[in-house]
Amino acid sequence: MRIALRELVRRPGRFLVVGGALTVLVLLLLFLGGLLDGLYLNSTGAVRALDADGVVYSDDARQSFLRSEITADERADIEAVDGVEAVGGLGFALLGVQIPGVDEIADGAVVGYELATGSLPEPPAPGGAHADRQLADEGAEIGHEVLVGPAEVPLRIVGFVDDTNYLQQGGLWVEPGTWRQVLAENRPDAILAEGSFQSAVVRIAPDADAEAVRAAIDAATGSTETLSQAEAIEAIPGITEQNATFTAVIGVTVFVAALVIALFFALLTLERLGLYAVLKAVGGRSSTLVAGVIAQSVLVALGAFVLGGLLTLGLLEIVPDGIPLQLEPSRAVSTLVSLTVAAVAGALVSLRRIVRIDPASAIGAGA
Amino acid sequence: MSTDAPAVQLTDVRKTYRSGDEEVVALDHATLEVATGELTALVGPSGSGKTTLLSIAGALLGPTEGQVRVGGEDIAELSERARTSFRGKEIGFVFQAVNLVPFLTARENLLVVAEMNRSLDKAARSRADQLLDELGLGHRAKNRPSELSGGERQRVAIGRALMNEPRLVLFDEPTSALDTKLGEQVMELIRREVVDRGVGGIFVTHDTRMTHHADRTVEIVDGVLRS
Repeated sequence: MRIALRELVRRPGRFLVVGGALTVLVLLLLFLGGLLDGLYLNSTGAVRALDADGVVYSDDARQSFLRSEITADERADIEAVDGVEAVGGLGFALLGVQIPGVDEIADGAVVGYELATGSLPEPPAPGGAHADRQLADEGAEIGHEVLVGPAEVPLRIVGFVDDTNYLQQGGLWVEPGTWRQVLAENRPDAILAEGSFQSAVVRIAPDADAEAVRAAIDAATGSTETLSQAEAIEAIPGITEQNATFTAVIGVTVFVAALVIALFFALLTLERLGLYAVLKAVGGRSSTLVAGVIAQSVLVALGAFVLGGLLTLGLLEIVPDGIPLQLEPSRAVSTLVSLTVAAVAGALVSLRRIVRIDPASAIGAGA
Repeated sequence: MSTDAPAVQLTDVRKTYRSGDEEVVALDHATLEVATGELTALVGPSGSGKTTLLSIAGALLGPTEGQVRVGGEDIAELSERARTSFRGKEIGFVFQAVNLVPFLTARENLLVVAEMNRSLDKAARSRADQLLDELGLGHRAKNRPSELSGGERQRVAIGRALMNEPRLVLFDEPTSALDTKLGEQVMELIRREVVDRGVGGIFVTHDTRMTHHADRTVEIVDGVLRS
């Protein structure tokens, strides 16, 4: 192991090519991961912010808020189910938002809600909105009156909230009456009866069986489909496909990293056959030699991770605002773990060759 | 391990390989004994079995038949793992191409043996320093092989072979890469180290001018030893 580390320190040039290739792959992994996280978080923030134990859709809505309607009668049925602690109406309207002093129209998701959560305060007064921080980045300020939709319904921003976007659109969280007004003036085709919402957010008593309560809700109404919060997040259009696509690309990239490492150390092992034979002849075990290769591989990968991480941080500074790149600590950790696994797996490709080196070949070898 | 036992004792050793359907005899009933403090030269044409004999004596290979004892310990039947461990403790090697680790200093090249045998401690470091001093390389301890002359590299290789205080040291063409004068100096050093340290030594050579350094010369032809 010590010998392997000394080689790394004293002959860094030998590892420059594999280190460089891995740095580029780390940059790619973090960039892809950052894009996935940015897309995911910006699409799902509104649902993640609900602190819901259940999200209720009408059973013919195919788990879409915009196709769903929960009537006042259904809501009453839900509230009557044992284990249900609180029920709050929820509705969305996706519309353009004119911010004072900004030429470009921002994308907005006006969300009518009733229940405060850990990240959402109580609904504001009629005409007011808690805006997502994304709209602040686009120029909105507290006190601004933004105009929503083609009907230009005014909403006064009373505060900002974090991580509450829906389908990449900046959340504007309003009380139910304001949401109904926005819908009525901009989407008359989508208007719902008084007391109706697109969906209902359900809080379930801590001692109740959440799965059973959700099933009881659907049984009680006979016309709803209740999902857990995690299922509701997965049901957001495109999320599953987006996650699967990015995860596949990231997986392939990790595989390529493992291949690069495997190829490099396989070549290095070929070059070291004579040296390894000598080390085995003087008492070195195959396991000691393999451990040295793994140590080198992992350290090169760690170095590449640090460099690639720094490059990604630099990239974050210059990437245009429209690209939803978001680097999460969990992404950095998962990239580091997968790279380390790739480094170990790649190095182990040389295992068989090292084990098969005959120490006797050190004798009589003229070169 | 007996201190009175010969450094190495090969008794009626045979080594055969299979080549297709044929059996190739590399070593044919070879019997050889090298006492402690004795240096034996092994000469013979290419393909005569020198390498096989050296490999079996050095616990790099097991014999097909016969008995092999190093320091009185029978190593013929040892497993590969046990042979590896035995080599690390009892055998020293000086290879034909010297084969020092190029990115390690002279001192670190000696310590490689201790590291490979998981015995790298203060005593090993002291021994490496002592050996370098005794071989006249104390001032070159921090130099890498590329910074050493051919003779110095060979002396480092000899130091490495002596690091584990072996019973037997095997020298594979130790002067093949050196000119005559340097070759003579290295052989004198090898002889001195073998005698002074009381180890058994076998050196393979094609250069018959070097055999006078040996206590005796053994010739091998077609796997058969002739004294």
